[in-house]
Amino acid sequence: MSDNPKLDHVNRSRRTFLKTTGTTAAAGMISAYLPAHASDAVEGVSENEVTSTTIEGAVPITLRINGKDHKLNIDPRTTLLDCIRETLTFTGTKKGCDHGQCGACTVHVNGKRVLSCLNLAVMHDGNEITTIEGLGTPDALHPMQKAFLDCDGYQCGYCTSGQIMSAVALLKEPCGPDDAAVKELMSGNICRCGAYANIIAAIQQVRKNG
Amino acid sequence: MRIFEFIRPPDPATAVAAAAQSKTAQQGADVRFMGGGTTLIDLMKLNVETPSRVLDINRLPLDQIEVMPDGGLKIGATARNSDLAYHAKVQRDYAVLSQAILQGASAQIRNMATVGGNVLQRTRCVYFRDTAMPCNKRAGGTGCPAITGHNRTLAILGTSEQCIATNPSDMCVAMAALEATIHIQGPKGTRAVAFGDFHLLPGSTPQRETVLEPGDLITHVTLPPPIAGSKQLYLKLRDRASYEFALASAAIVLTIGGGNITRAYIALGGVGTKPWRSPEAEAALIGKAANDATFRQAAEAAVRNAKPQSENGFKIELAKRCLTHALRTAAAG
Repeated sequence: MSDNPKLDHVNRSRRTFLKTTGTTAAAGMISAYLPAHASDAVEGVSENEVTSTTIEGAVPITLRINGKDHKLNIDPRTTLLDCIRETLTFTGTKKGCDHGQCGACTVHVNGKRVLSCLNLAVMHDGNEITTIEGLGTPDALHPMQKAFLDCDGYQCGYCTSGQIMSAVALLKEPCGPDDAAVKELMSGNICRCGAYANIIAAIQQVRKNG
Repeated sequence: MRIFEFIRPPDPATAVAAAAQSKTAQQGADVRFMGGGTTLIDLMKLNVETPSRVLDINRLPLDQIEVMPDGGLKIGATARNSDLAYHAKVQRDYAVLSQAILQGASAQIRNMATVGGNVLQRTRCVYFRDTAMPCNKRAGGTGCPAITGHNRTLAILGTSEQCIATNPSDMCVAMAALEATIHIQGPKGTRAVAFGDFHLLPGSTPQRETVLEPGDLITHVTLPPPIAGSKQLYLKLRDRASYEFALASAAIVLTIGGGNITRAYIALGGVGTKPWRSPEAEAALIGKAANDATFRQAAEAAVRNAKPQSENGFKIELAKRCLTHALRTAAAG
């Protein structure tokens, strides 16, 4: 759950509360938004499958997230970001501006970093999507996650999952060796706290050790 | 966001037939092709674009970048901006295009944005993006509050009494200088349009931004064979160093022989209502000595017909310095 196993109890309680109340509200109003893996409490809804819809024009899709398929019947207006967060409750991906100006919602589609707020979920039927939850676990952090911890690459943490997803993708992109090149390729991820220097240090640490 | 029907046409012909049912052409139309979505989804969230049908063209076979028999380049409409910018031939032979793309948006957006979508990118004018405000481009005949309002980032070239919105694309500025050709498949067949003829000046119909007709699908863009020995550069000036639209930019393709400029292709960004090719600057360069005096004369010529608004008069000087510096840098390179 959290980066720090000691905080699991606190975070799990809070998140479980939010997800459960969200599910109850959703079940009563818009079943097309029913999160598949948070719907265990709803009788008759099996794991990873949404069985009913009341949304006109809903489209059946299979969204493959972090190696697992999720069958959904989804309103075509649903952004990939809202689908990931609200429908599938992978809340590690954050909504910042919702208009492609901040990078907080960065995920990988078929290995490349994109903004999930400017994508529709229906466009990604069959694509391989990776979120921050798919990178590492608290017991086995991705090297970039560990580097962000080592280098103190965040303050409030809201932009952090987007920064890390961007940084991991950057490792496979043409990027010059110096800090300036990293800064340029990370310019799509805004950090309100101004942790940029430490973020660059974290990325350079991974590149150096890579 | 308004509700819409999501359709994934199996081939370009089906896509064209579906889009041909729209009353107007692509931008602002009732039926919209969706590429990367980086402009369209943003504007749909703002209810600036309200299509009732969205045609997902991302899986059509239009994403290839191929070298043509004549040595030119064929760029599929759904090729991603990043794939084009990092393509080995583009980096070697059309460097101005690679530079322009890599100075636009962010890495994430470049991974999403398609070439066809970038050609149709819409203005960042704040009045256009706000449905509470009048805007002749978004809602014809309602007026242009930008002319008496916030216009610091708006155009100084190609404006009209109805619209002063800037074309925001960097890629298009390079394509204008490279004399690209846009290839279209429409209900009546295929046709090719020179890049300079594709975007329209706002005039009295700012809502109509290109020559596209209902159903027309951009299938690919071609570049002519590279000019051997050409010096190329894209220089972009903006309020912050990255992830920002241009206040002024210049795309340069030059050849120099015996100290004189033999060929010159010049386009400006951030200052025009369309990607701004400058034949005036080119005429001031060709046949002249490649020195600062010539570059300054070309810059003067480029903005001779510029019309400043209340807040953007600085762009005239900025565009001149941008072009002069770009020419100096390119010539020395």
